[in-house]
Parts: sequence; C-alpha cells; structure tokens
Amino acid sequence: MNIDELREHLCKEHPDLCPLFSIEFGDGVLLVDRGRLFDAAADLKELGFDRLGMVTAVDRDEEFELVYRLTSRAMSCGMFLKCRVPRENPRGRSLVPLWPAALWQEREVYDLFGIEFEGHPDLRRILLPEDWDGHPLRKDYADDRMIRRPDYI
Amino acid sequence: MALVDRIGAALDRTPGGIILTSVDAVVDWARGRSLWSMPMGTACCAMELIAASFAKFDFDRLGTFPRPDPRHTDVMVVAGTITRKMAPAVKRLYEQMPDPKWVIAMGNCAVSGGIFFYDSYSVVRGVDEFLPVDVYITGCPPRPESLQDAVLQLRELIATESIAPGVRRQRELLLPTSGDLSFGQRPGVVDEGESG
Amino acid sequence: MTMEVESRREVSGEDDLARQELVVNVGPSHPSTHGVCRVIVHVDGEVVTKAEPVIGYLHRGIEKMCENRTYLQVVPLTDRLDYVGSMYANWAYCRAVERLASIRVPERAEYLRVIVCEMQRIASHMMALGSSAADTGAASMFIYAFDERERIVELFEELCGARLTYNYVRPGGVSFDAPEGWTDRLKDFTNNHRTALSEMDRLFFGNVIARGRMKGIGVLSAEDAVSWGASGPVARGSGVNWDLRKHDSYSVYPRFDFDVPTGSNGDAYDRGRCRLFECYESCRIIEQAAAQMPEGPVKTDGLSRLISPRPGDAYDHIESARGSLGVYVVSEGGPRPYRVKFRSPAFCNLALLPMLAEGHTLSDLVVVLGSLDPVFGEVDR
Ligand code: SF4
Repeated sequence: MNIDELREHLCKEHPDLCPLFSIEFGDGVLLVDRGRLFDAAADLKELGFDRLGMVTAVDRDEEFELVYRLTSRAMSCGMFLKCRVPRENPRGRSLVPLWPAALWQEREVYDLFGIEFEGHPDLRRILLPEDWDGHPLRKDYADDRMIRRPDYI
Repeated sequence: MALVDRIGAALDRTPGGIILTSVDAVVDWARGRSLWSMPMGTACCAMELIAASFAKFDFDRLGTFPRPDPRHTDVMVVAGTITRKMAPAVKRLYEQMPDPKWVIAMGNCAVSGGIFFYDSYSVVRGVDEFLPVDVYITGCPPRPESLQDAVLQLRELIATESIAPGVRRQRELLLPTSGDLSFGQRPGVVDEGESG
Repeated sequence: MTMEVESRREVSGEDDLARQELVVNVGPSHPSTHGVCRVIVHVDGEVVTKAEPVIGYLHRGIEKMCENRTYLQVVPLTDRLDYVGSMYANWAYCRAVERLASIRVPERAEYLRVIVCEMQRIASHMMALGSSAADTGAASMFIYAFDERERIVELFEELCGARLTYNYVRPGGVSFDAPEGWTDRLKDFTNNHRTALSEMDRLFFGNVIARGRMKGIGVLSAEDAVSWGASGPVARGSGVNWDLRKHDSYSVYPRFDFDVPTGSNGDAYDRGRCRLFECYESCRIIEQAAAQMPEGPVKTDGLSRLISPRPGDAYDHIESARGSLGVYVVSEGGPRPYRVKFRSPAFCNLALLPMLAEGHTLSDLVVVLGSLDPVFGEVDR
C-alpha cells in the first residue's frame, strides 16, 4: 500500500486522526499530543499496524519528541507516530499493553533520555549502569570524562 | 633463540643427554611456549581472535590455546572495546588468573579507545588504565597474523624474566636499554650455542 | 527433553528435598553468551524459573558520537555496530541519508550492495550456526562453518581491503568497484558453498544430538513473534512470513527470484534451519545479481563530502541477517546529523529471552540464546 492509500484508509476509519497526518520524505507521520498517544496507537493497531518497530526520542531543545515507528504486515507499509513531551518532567504513556516490544525499547529511551513512561511495568536503566548520572543522549548532557572531538570536520 | 631451542643438537653432542642451563631459561622456555590465552573478546576484535584460532590461521601451533576460564590461563587477550560497565568484570577476571600472567591489548580500542576515543561517554580509553599491558597490537581490527606476532613478541619478553623473587620486575628496566631482547643479550648469561 | 525435566521435578518432590531457588550469574564474559551478555538466572534444581538478561556491557555511545561527525564520518561507526555483518548497518544508514538528501545511486552500485549484503548474510549465518552448534557441543561444525565464513572474508578483503570493518557502502554508492575476475571467484564460491551447506545440514541438523538439544527448545509462537517485534530468522522460524527484501522490497531486490524460508514450530531447531536455507537463497540472489550487473560508475558524481540535507527526518530499513535493521536520521540542516538512531533487530530479539528460556534447563538456556543470535555491538550500540 502506498502512502496516499494509507492516508485515505486512515481518514476513512479514523476521521479524528486525519488532520494530524502528514507526509514527510515519503513516510506518513501522525503527530498527536501526549494525552492522545495511547488511544492513537491503539487505533493504529486496530487499523492493521501490528508491529512496533522502533521507539526513540529526539531532543528538540524545549521538548522531547517521542518517535514510534509502526509497520503493518498486511498493508506492507510503515509510518511514524510522534508525540512531544515537555522537557521539564518528561512523561509519556507506555505502549507495553499494546506491544510488548516496547518493554525494552522504552527502557532504553528512559535510560538515554530520561523520559518516563506511565504504566511501564519495569522502568529501569537498561544500557548504562544503575548508578549512572544523567541521560547521555540529551543535548545538554555534560560528562567530564568525555573528550570532545576537535572541530576539523 | 634460547639455549633450550637447540635441545636436539645439544643432545647429539652429549650422548648421555645432559644439558646444562639455567633454571630461568628452562622456565621461561616452558612458559613462553604454552601460553594459554583467556580470550577476553568483547567486540569486533573478538571475531579476529576467533579467526586466529581457527583452521586458516591455526593458533595452536604456537602453543596458544583459547580457554575461556581465567583459572587455566596465562595470557589475557583483551580484544575489543571496554566500557565502564565492563571494566570491573575484566579486572576481576584478570585477578582470577594465576601468576605469572600477561596481557595482550588487541586492537585500537583496547590500546587507547580507538575510534571511540572522542565523544564517547562510556568507553574506557585503553585497558592500560586498569591492567598492566605487556604487548599492544594496533589495528581496527588487527589481522590474525598480528595477534600471532604479538604472541611471539610476548615470548621474547618472557625470555627476559626470572623466577627469582623480585627480579621479574626488572624486566621493565631492561626493556628500553636492550635493543634485542633475545636470550643471549641478557646481562650475566652467556649463550654457549651462540659463541660455539 | 521437556518430559525428562518434568519427571526430574517430580523426583525432587516437595516433601523430601526442600525446593530451593538458586540464582546463577552467567556472564558477562561467558563463552556461550556470544559476546558480553550477562544473564541472571533463577533456577529451581536445573529448571530455569526466570532469566533476566543484563545488557549494556558494550554500550559505546555510538548514537551520541554520530552527532559530532559529518554524515560521511558516521559510516565507519556503523561498521562497529553489527560486527558480524558490517555491511548491513553501512547500507541501512546510507539509505536513510540518501533518502534525506535525495541522493541517487548508480545502478551498478545497487547491485554491488545487494551482492555484498547477501555474502554478508551467509557469513553472518555461518557464524550464528557455528557458534550455536558449538554451544550444543558440536565443535567440528563451528570449524566448518567458520571456514566458509573465512572464504567470504577473503572475497571482501579483495573488494575493499578490510576483513571485518569494511566501510564499503557509502552515501551515493560504494567505495570501490569489483576487481577484475572477482565475480568469477564469487561464482566459484557459491558453487562450493552449496555443497558445504548440504554437508553441514547432514552433519549438524541431521545429527541426533543436535535434534535432541534443539527441537522443542525455546518455542516462540507466531503471535508473540509479531507483538514482540521479532524479525529475521527468529520470526521466520515461527512461521511469520515477513522479509523486507520480499514484502517491503527495496533497492533492486524485486528483480531477483528467491524464496523466503520459514519454519513451523518456532523452536531453536527451526530458527537454525531457517538460517541454513537462507544461505541457499542468498547464493541464488548472488548468482542472479552477478549475472545481471550492469557496467557503469559505482559512485554518484559530484557529491560533496559535506552532505547537508535539508531539515527533516528519515527512516529506512533493510533486512539484515538478524532481522529488520532500521536507521532513523534527523537533520537540522547542518553538515552533521542531529540525531541518529539505529533500530537494532538483535536488541528486539534478545528481549524474548526471558520468555523463551523459562521452563527449560540451564543447559538449554545457551541453546535458546544461540538461536536468537544476538551480536552485542548491535544490541548495546
Ligand atoms: S579496535 Fe576496532 S575492530 Fe577492534 S573492537 Fe575496537 S572498533 Fe572494533
């Protein structure tokens, strides 16, 4: 299924999500707000997106952008689900009840970005040791053991 | 190289089968030729470490046999990136190895952090931050031949050691002054075979 | 196997031998964990009641490092992710950058990419099969499999000069064209490799010990495979017919005729066999690609070394030996990526370990782990 068919299909089934849908670099993007994240994900799952491929975040100065990549086997296509959370007290909803695949991936986002997921059964650091200070993938992460590379491009 | 390498010829000359040599020479010879390695392969370099001990490169012919158990091994080959989370485990494994023990740092990561020297928040920049390294091999990854060369280098290093208490530590002092580390060059030991 | 375990459980009944849970630490340096994985295993007698993987011993912060390098300088870092299959991460990253910066790739380069990735698949599967065989005690299988891998590595060395970290696929093409006579040697290789594969099939998968050790161990249902995000041979072993090369086809894959082998039982044996059959299919693809490969350049002309895509984000994925490997690149317009994320299949597959290992014996834990084929460079990044 190509991207325009996907948009049509989505608009037909879930008209409320339609205005949030956009196309970037040939990929469908659904940008929802925090309160709606879980429901939107559940709707998409019903629509046929049966795999949660990737959970990650991007540090956008004021806020964090949570990025979910969903793929559908039946429709042979993928799309993004995005959601912005404020930098102060970043919290998202856990998608573990929908896809257990989120179990480790959300832990990773928590570890590297410090975003908490409500409803996650086991939110601990996964890659770094438990006693690590800070969340390294934030842009303002400072670590005096880290040597910056000289700027010679 | 060492006296004991010419055992066959020596036995020919003395039909009774008597060889006179120093205890150090025999011990060093024995140690240098059966270096069982503890493959501390953590990352990409571990692949070359495996390759070195398999059919094509055949590590066994140097008497080096990978044995993933610290208590049976003489030399730890640190192959791969060591992170802050991993370092305590490596140190602990090193401590479990029986004396005498040596360390080969294989690959740029183990030497200095390599490609992860800059910008990485979790990589230890070289195992020599917490282990005494005897031989460094550069390369990312080094070829298996380099690892074999490192074992030969380590042999020569071992040949300069002594089992006398306290003397072993002198080898660091010996290193920079003697260009050739072969047995005959060692102060106080005259290599009979070389002169005769 | 499972029956034995149950009977053992009965013998150590509650009245005479008090059941006691023991916590066993496996790793992080253990020969059967295929890298630096630590598993904290709770055992009751010999039966695993809970297995909790602890990862991150090889977390090198590659994603953070990417943010301070130009788009081209990131490519060597991608080599170090999945070090058993470096070409995949190269390619997946380059695809994402090419999508972001709208770079066109010459056709010959696409063919070369397909060829090296299929070779890499064989090399990686050989490593997976060999090491999981070694875990079950079949040491000779490891030596045969590694020998096959060594042949591929030699071909790679001829192509790009490196044995392990190839840095071959670059944005806009590949770094070198195939040397003269390389495709002929490739053909020799695939011919010999087929024979070796059938030998290995008989030697290992036909072996009664291997069957006993692997059949019925670590059974993964198709539904779980999908909802846990498993991909690659792990999902296909459970009968999930999902291969990006076929079902979300990219590059020149639609031009080739190949099948996607799937298993039916979802146990360690089926996963292993899937890998073996994929090698046959890879041979087929390599032969077709080598025959169809057009002449022409292998790099896009006039591509600046400082690629600066317009702001935006792009995701692209390829089917690596372990599953769908995705790369997500965010650009803010500068010469450096703003964020690079590697969606690693091994990470998602490894998350299944607690579920699959439960109820098996401790010695089967390594079989389950081996059948998931994790590579820790990629799991921890
Ligand atoms: S030196 Fe290179 S090949 Fe070896 S572990 Fe480090 S990055 Fe990997």
